[in-house]
Amino acid sequence: MPSVQPAIETHAVTRHYRMGRSVIPAVDGVDLTVGAGEFAALLGQSGSGKSTLMNLIAGLDRPTGGSIVILGTDLAKMSSEELARYRRFTVGMVFQSFNLISTMTVAENVELPMRFAEVSSAERKTRVQEAVGKVGLLPRLGHRPSELSGGEQQRTAIARALVNRPQILLADEPTGNLDSRTGTEIMDLLRELNAKFGMTVVMVTHERPLAERYAQRMIFLGDGKVLSESRPEVTA
Amino acid sequence: MKAYDLIDLASRNLREAFLRNSLTTVGISVGVASLVAMLSLGAGLQKLASRQLGRSGLFDSIVVSSRLDWRSQDDRRENRSFQSGETKTLDDTARAAIGKIPNVLDVYPDIRFNAELRFAKVPGGQERPHYNLIAGLPAMSRASEVFDDLQGSFYSGDMAEEAIVVGEFARELLQIPDAKPSEKAKLTEDQLKALLGKEITLSYLERQVQAPQPAQMEKSADLDSPFSALGGGPASLVPRSRKFKIVGVVESEPYGGMRAASRARLFIPTKLAESMNVVQPTDLRTALRPSQGKTYLTLVVRVKNSAQVKPVQEAIKQMGFSTYSILDASQGLTRFFTILDLFLGIFGSLALAVASLGIVNTLVMAILERRREIGIMKAIGASDADVKLLFFVEAGVMGAAGGVFGIALGWLIGKAINLGANIYMRSQELPTENFWFVPWWLIAGAFAFSVIVSLISGLYPASRAARLDPVQALRHD
Ligand SMILES: Nc1ncnc2c1ncn2[C@@H]1O[C@H](COP(=O)(O)OP(=O)(O)O)[C@@H](O)[C@H]1O
Ligand SMILES: [Mg+2]
Repeated sequence: MPSVQPAIETHAVTRHYRMGRSVIPAVDGVDLTVGAGEFAALLGQSGSGKSTLMNLIAGLDRPTGGSIVILGTDLAKMSSEELARYRRFTVGMVFQSFNLISTMTVAENVELPMRFAEVSSAERKTRVQEAVGKVGLLPRLGHRPSELSGGEQQRTAIARALVNRPQILLADEPTGNLDSRTGTEIMDLLRELNAKFGMTVVMVTHERPLAERYAQRMIFLGDGKVLSESRPEVTA
Repeated sequence: MKAYDLIDLASRNLREAFLRNSLTTVGISVGVASLVAMLSLGAGLQKLASRQLGRSGLFDSIVVSSRLDWRSQDDRRENRSFQSGETKTLDDTARAAIGKIPNVLDVYPDIRFNAELRFAKVPGGQERPHYNLIAGLPAMSRASEVFDDLQGSFYSGDMAEEAIVVGEFARELLQIPDAKPSEKAKLTEDQLKALLGKEITLSYLERQVQAPQPAQMEKSADLDSPFSALGGGPASLVPRSRKFKIVGVVESEPYGGMRAASRARLFIPTKLAESMNVVQPTDLRTALRPSQGKTYLTLVVRVKNSAQVKPVQEAIKQMGFSTYSILDASQGLTRFFTILDLFLGIFGSLALAVASLGIVNTLVMAILERRREIGIMKAIGASDADVKLLFFVEAGVMGAAGGVFGIALGWLIGKAINLGANIYMRSQELPTENFWFVPWWLIAGAFAFSVIVSLISGLYPASRAARLDPVQALRHD
C-alpha cells in the first residue's frame, strides 16, 4: 500500500541498558520504515530486542541514540506529556499477557483510555459499544477478565487499543499466550482491522508461519539489529 | 483527566483494597478525633470561663473613678507626676461627657448600701427583719444572660418601686431551707406566689444636703485637700423607709459594679436608688464632708460590646479619669487559654501525624501492588500527571473520609468526657456544666486539616507512582 508519508521511521535507533559496568545493547542501530496501512511482523528469538523496539515506537521508552519519526513527528522532540498524548491518540498497544485491569469489567477496561482522553461520557458509551462490537464481545461487556477465556481477554485488549481510534496498532506477541486456534482468530481480527480500517499494524511474533500467513512484510531481528527483511506471498 | 474520572478511579481503587484503606482511614479518624476532642475541650473550658465571668455583662463594663479619689495601682505608677490641676471631678458634667463617647450605652453610679428589710411571710403577719446589702441595678441589665431564667418579671420602669431578689434570699424570706447547690433550684409555683407582688419595707439612711454657705466654702479651701473645690453645705442623715414590691427572683447576682466583693441580695432600679440619696458605705467620706454638687466615687460605663471597651477606656482616660475593666484582668486568662489550646492542639495533631504516616505507608504499598496497573495506564495514554493526581486524590479521599468520621468520633468522645465529668460533678454535689463545645470553625478546620495532612502525605507516594517506568512495570508477569 503506497503512501506519501511512512507511518513509522526509525533512524539508527539504539537502546542500551547499563548493567553495572557492562552495557546491554537491547536495540542497536535499527533503521526501519513501515508505510501507512502496512501490516508488518517483527520476528526474532527471545531476547533479540523486539519488545524493546516496540516500546520505543510506542513512546513508552526513549532511545539512547538515533531517532524515531512517527507520521512525520520526531518522538525525541516530544515532552513526556506529549508522549502520553501520542500514546493516547496515535498508537494502540496489545500485549502477550493482555494487561487488562483485573478489577474492571470489559466495558470499563475499554472505557479507560477515553478517561485519559477526556472523552464525554455519552460519547464513551457509543465508542465502547463500537469497539467491543468490532471484536465481537458485546455479550461479555459486564464480565471481568477472570471470567473470560484468553482469546476473549485479548479481544478486550484489542478493543481497548482501538477505542481512541489510533492510526497505528502495536501488538507484542498477541498470540503468545493463546492456543493456535484462538491465536488464528486474533490474527484474523488484526488483519481485518488492517484491511477494513486501514490501520498500520506492527506485530511481534516468534511464530514464523503466523507471520508468513498474515503479514505483508517480515522483519528479522537478532541481537538488537535488523538481520533481514522479506515480503512473503500473502495468502488469503 | 477530568475531576469526576479522577475521583471515580480513586474511589474504586480505594474500594479494591477496602480493609487496608479502611484501617488507614480509621487511623486518620482517630487522629482527627483526638484533635477535635482536645480542642473542643479547650474551647468548652474557655467558653465556660468566659460564661462565668461574662455572665452579666462584665466584659462590656468599665469602672471609672476619679484619680483624686481612688487610684489604681497602675495609675499610681503610670501617672506619678500627674498634676492635680489636670484631674477632674467625677460629677454630673463628667457623667454626661462620658455618656457622649461613641458606643457608650449607659453611665450609672454603682449604688450599694446596707439597709434593713422587713418582710411578712403571711400578709398582715409578723414582719421579720433582714439586714442586707442592696444594689442598684440599671434597667438595661435586663438584657443580661442572668435574666434568662428570671422568675416573675423585671422592673416595670426606671423609677418603679419594685425589687428583684436573689433566689437564696427569696428562700430566706419564705423561710425554706437552702437547696442543694447541685440542683438548679428554682422556686416552685406556690413559693413564687407567696413572694411575687408582696411588699418589702426598706429602711435606710438618706443624706440631705443643705445649700452651701460661701463663708464655709472659703474656710475649707485648703490646697492640700482635693475636695476643697467641691465645697457645699453640711449634710445631715435622715432615717427613711420605703416600700418595694417584689417582682422577680433571679438565681445569681447580676453584675452591678466592679467592687462586688460583698454580694447584694436585693436589687432596685438604679435611677430610683440614685434619687433616694442613700448613704453608701463606700462614700462615708463624702457623706461626712459637706458637698453641694453631686460627685461620684465610681461610675459604671456600659459599652455596646466588649470590643468597644478598649477605645472607650482610652477616651475616658484622656478625660483625666482612672478606668478599670475586666479586660485588664482577663488578658492573663486569654493568654492561658491560648497556651492551653496550643498544647491540646499539639497533642491532638500528634495522633494525626502518626496517622499521616499510615497514609504514606498505605499508598507506597499500593504502588508496589499496582505497579502493573500503573504501567498499563501509562501504556494506554495516562500521563505522569494523571497517575500523580490519581494517587493524590486517593490520599485526599482517605483524608476527607477520615476527617468526617474523625469529627463524628471526636464529637462522641467529647460528649463522653462531658458526661463522665458531669457524673463526677453530680457525685460531688456540684452543679453540672458544659465543659465541651465544638465550634463550627473547629469542624471546618479539622476537616480541612485532615485533607491537607493527607494530601501532604500523598505527595511522596504520588510522585513515586508518577515516576514509575512503564516498561519495567509491564515486563513479564
Ligand atoms: N531493563 C533492562 N535492563 C537490562 N537489560 C534489559 C532490560 N530490558 C531488556 N533487557 C535486555 O534487552 C534484550 C532485549 O530484550 P527484549 O526487548 O525484551 O527482547 P525480546 O522482546 O525480543 O524477547 C534482552 O537481552 C534483555 O535481557
Ligand atoms: Mg518480548
